[in-house]
Amino acid sequence: MKPCNRFEMQFPSLSANESFARAAVSAFAAQIDPTVADLNDFKTAVSEAVTNCIVHAYRDTIGTVYISAKLFEDGKLTVRIRDKGCGIPDVAQAMEPLFTTGGSERAGLGFAVMQSFCDTVRVHSTPGGGTSVTLTKRFSRRMSYDKR
Amino acid sequence: MKVRLLLKNGVLTARLHGELDHHSAACVRDTIDDTAQKMRPHTLRLDFSEITFMDSSGIGLILGRLKLVSVWGGKVIVTNVAPELQKMIELAGIPRLVEVRKEADGNEAV
Repeated sequence: MKPCNRFEMQFPSLSANESFARAAVSAFAAQIDPTVADLNDFKTAVSEAVTNCIVHAYRDTIGTVYISAKLFEDGKLTVRIRDKGCGIPDVAQAMEPLFTTGGSERAGLGFAVMQSFCDTVRVHSTPGGGTSVTLTKRFSRRMSYDKR
Repeated sequence: MKVRLLLKNGVLTARLHGELDHHSAACVRDTIDDTAQKMRPHTLRLDFSEITFMDSSGIGLILGRLKLVSVWGGKVIVTNVAPELQKMIELAGIPRLVEVRKEADGNEAV
């Protein structure tokens, strides 16, 4: 299926951009007329993925975070958050709840949150090459016009 | 991100305001810890009534403060979590670790 709308953006991995990134995705998603709860869930998932790029992928450096979003006719939204950072040696382990390499202020819940707040989460990572996280959620419109 | 601190009867209330993420949590953490370490409150209340968004950094903030006040035997309570943040609080198992409750006025003593 071809997306009916899409956008791409990139920004430096500054923590001040966490709120910018989720607000941008949220503004893009607003055209589906999502429920507040669905939109908040998706925003939270995007925030987790972007924070991972900033805290882990580019741990001691500033790199570029790439976001591309695709919106489909049926209300499905796919957002890919990508970095060219350090990569994840063991993706399965990184996705385990409470696993973190981020120190005592990180809860180790990023992937668990993404998984419970989205329909699907796909992670591809190459150690030394970077990571891409693809979040997908099908939004039900607040005003459903195709009810028969 | 703004945080207002109020100390009353050994209870330090931190009323958080705005969006709580990795970026904003850092400065909130420093502000709270600075005062908490000096005052050593028996209860640290994190009031979420003015938090409009929170990701798992908010969970890290709660757990980190719990660890800090435990040093002198204090406890943490979390108040007035908005319904849209409840899912995150539950997912992280926060209610098993600290008291989470509703309170009418964040300025009242516990």
